[in-house]
Amino acid sequence: MVELRVNGHAYELDAPVGRTLAEALRLDLGLTGTKVACGEGHCGACTVQLDGVPVLSCITLLHTVGGREVTTIEGLAEHPLVDAFVRADALQCGFCTPGQIVSAAALVESTPQPTSEEVRHAMSGNLCRCGAYPRIEEAVVAWRG
Amino acid sequence: MARLIRTEKEVEGRYTEQWIVVEEDVLEQWPAGPRGIVGRAARRVDGHERARGQATYTADISLPGMLHAAVLRSPHARARVKKIDLTKARETPWVRGAIGPDDCHVLEREPSFQGAPVAAVAAQSAERAREALDMIEVEWEVLEPLLDPDEAVRRESFTDEPRLYARGDVERGQAEADVVVEGEYRTQTVLHNALETHQSVCRWEGDTLEVYTSTQYIWGIRDEVAETLGLPPDKVRVVCHFMGGGFGAKNSPGDYTFIAIALAGQTGAAVRCALTRREENLASGNRNSTIQRLVAGARSDGTLTALSGEYINAIGWDGFSGPTYGPMEMLYDCENVRTQTFGAKLNTPPNAAFRAPGFVEGTFGLECVLDELAAKLDLDPLELRRRNYADHDLVEGRPFSSKNLLDCYRLAEPHWARRKEVRARSDDVWKRGVGLASQVWYGGGGPPSYAWIRVGSDGRATVVTAMQDIGTGTRTAMAQIAAEELGVPLNQVRVELGDSARGPFASISAGSSTTPSMGPAVRAAAADAKRQLIEIAAQRYHLEERVLEIKDGQVISADGGSWPLEEVTGLLEDAQILGKGARGPNPTGMRVLTFGIQVAEVAVDVETGEVRVERIAAIHDVGRIINPLGAKSQVEGGIIQGLGHTLSEERLLDPQSGGTLTQTLDAYKLPTIADVPEIISEFVDKPDEHLTNLGSKGLGEPPIIPTAAAIANAIRDATGADIHSLPITREEMLRALRAAEERRREPERVGAPPA
Repeated sequence: MVELRVNGHAYELDAPVGRTLAEALRLDLGLTGTKVACGEGHCGACTVQLDGVPVLSCITLLHTVGGREVTTIEGLAEHPLVDAFVRADALQCGFCTPGQIVSAAALVESTPQPTSEEVRHAMSGNLCRCGAYPRIEEAVVAWRG
Repeated sequence: MARLIRTEKEVEGRYTEQWIVVEEDVLEQWPAGPRGIVGRAARRVDGHERARGQATYTADISLPGMLHAAVLRSPHARARVKKIDLTKARETPWVRGAIGPDDCHVLEREPSFQGAPVAAVAAQSAERAREALDMIEVEWEVLEPLLDPDEAVRRESFTDEPRLYARGDVERGQAEADVVVEGEYRTQTVLHNALETHQSVCRWEGDTLEVYTSTQYIWGIRDEVAETLGLPPDKVRVVCHFMGGGFGAKNSPGDYTFIAIALAGQTGAAVRCALTRREENLASGNRNSTIQRLVAGARSDGTLTALSGEYINAIGWDGFSGPTYGPMEMLYDCENVRTQTFGAKLNTPPNAAFRAPGFVEGTFGLECVLDELAAKLDLDPLELRRRNYADHDLVEGRPFSSKNLLDCYRLAEPHWARRKEVRARSDDVWKRGVGLASQVWYGGGGPPSYAWIRVGSDGRATVVTAMQDIGTGTRTAMAQIAAEELGVPLNQVRVELGDSARGPFASISAGSSTTPSMGPAVRAAAADAKRQLIEIAAQRYHLEERVLEIKDGQVISADGGSWPLEEVTGLLEDAQILGKGARGPNPTGMRVLTFGIQVAEVAVDVETGEVRVERIAAIHDVGRIINPLGAKSQVEGGIIQGLGHTLSEERLLDPQSGGTLTQTLDAYKLPTIADVPEIISEFVDKPDEHLTNLGSKGLGEPPIIPTAAAIANAIRDATGADIHSLPITREEMLRALRAAEERRREPERVGAPPA
């Protein structure tokens, strides 16, 4: 068993060998906002924060996160970035969007006024096949509205 | 009134003639220009739901007792299953079902490409199911695969009958030319890689089969599943509320749907069959590679006298031979055109439609050859295109319903005029240049398509139609159209879609057809509801209907009276007004097409072959723009996919075994946010006065079409190197630079005295 906190709530979860954090969030906790698009750490759709640092939950094993604080998109539902993304039309199909917002939230936490270059650097691990990138850049740079 | 007509139906450039029932389109078009809601930027109505991770995609569907399938796929490009034994798999404790080639028509005994499905199991989890695949015992007879497209043509291994098209006399045209350019162009195989992989969850609910699936065409899935299983169509319910991208690859049920259905039948449980990313890149479709052997001839004034093309579409084992020839036949006013197209059947994974199939590939070849012609003629490339402007459709000999390509050219001029200044920023290492390419595509949509609108006592309206929003923003566009026509604020309209059991028939979300097919039906439904609301209001306020209008949620009369709409709808109590609408016919005898041009600015490192695209300006003519914000996103997205196609994406096959080497997203290089240039998008935004009550065409595909050629032409402008093959990797760029250098030296050598 592993004890961890997710979006401020404490949970005790079964951690069989090989169980990933993404599986635990989606299947055990029903937090399906975290998407799995490649399952091998290449696309960023499954990004969550571990103690404020973005990690790829599809290649993070559950048993390694005991005692840690996990923040998913559900924990960021009221973050100004959500409005910023909608305002800038920074999403199309939306499948990568939760991961984008989780990454961006970590960026603006450490860099409250990111430049375009900083956004392009910090967000380059989050793939968007619809190509919403210019709008994502705009949303994150102007995240405070 | 409903009319039965025999008409052409076009999807992605494929025409079929069929009987269809259409209803008259009696509404006048709105005047050109932005209205109160239509034509003004609207935020996505489902934006928050998607951004917060609250939207339920097929990937998020979890049904009680649901099992997970895994598929055994052929590791060989061509093989025969000599023996298959599922016993051990079936005896594995956590396995609930196992099927082989005898149990499901999509499972194959003679797999003809790597990734062809052979067997499948269902277990309590996807992980357990994948483990159980090792328990399936297969004895393979490995056979020699056919992998070379030219060889396939020699052996007459075709997916379709070879297609020949000719107008005029190409030989005569070439003889009349002052300059003739010949070239071979190649485009690579690219993979759709929608972030939500292909997947379905299937279960029997009584005598109805429920299919939750990530699809671009709810009704197509319903019909194909029903027909395959011998069920009445309405015994199949197809649901897709949110889907994570398709780009053309999700138009049909696919092997995964039939595997889930077979396993659901065997186990009596709900079964999910979801492709892994690696399966996605192996067996879910692709944009096939092409070989294009082109000839273009022109007089010294630039008038095209001949165009000819031999196109080989390397289709794979199955699929369709796309219209790679389309741009050559349709884009320019050239009397003498001949194209020959072969669909090579190979032991490689089947293709699938991918955003403007054929036209992306064919435009690369045609627009590059045109610029090579311009260089030889010493003519401005934009001027060359103007001189060959087609004022009517030369393929069908019909007038265009509307064509504003000259406006696009005019709007492109300021971007094109930057080339002197851009070139001047070159240095010894980085060479800069500007290129352009033009575009033609379909995108008129068509009937049948239907929508309903329900207005409740609170004055709020719900659009109900069984279409799908694949991420293009159609929910938002439909809400705008309904709100505009009804005269209520945008936030008073909901759009319910995505369920074949809960709404009328709606068209496929492919072929840039959703807005031009569905938009007019939604407007007609809203007009029908408004008519009924005004009838009630007229009686309530003792006025004539003709003096009443609904605006901003108010019923207003010509004499200045004004009442909140809720006062009228409140009379309904719990009942509702129901409006229904249908998509009217397309204009008879006309060709409905979309046009555009893109201007690209590039920088090329001539030492390393690195290519950086710095700016792309796109100007497209797609009729009336419903949502300028969403339209801009569509253009940017198309260009960015085009950028990947041009510079980094390529499915690589092992040339011996035919196995796919690029199954993961580290090997298959999609563009990232750091690769994106400055993108400027502009629209002509003139309603097509002949097309429906909206005058809108589709925009999904046009923006991806000219990008590759515009970039290649900019590279020629910067370096003098001719690009003939995609993607433009550093290796390809350096090869082209060397070839250009050798060409430059050639005349020197000829003229030089013997050593």
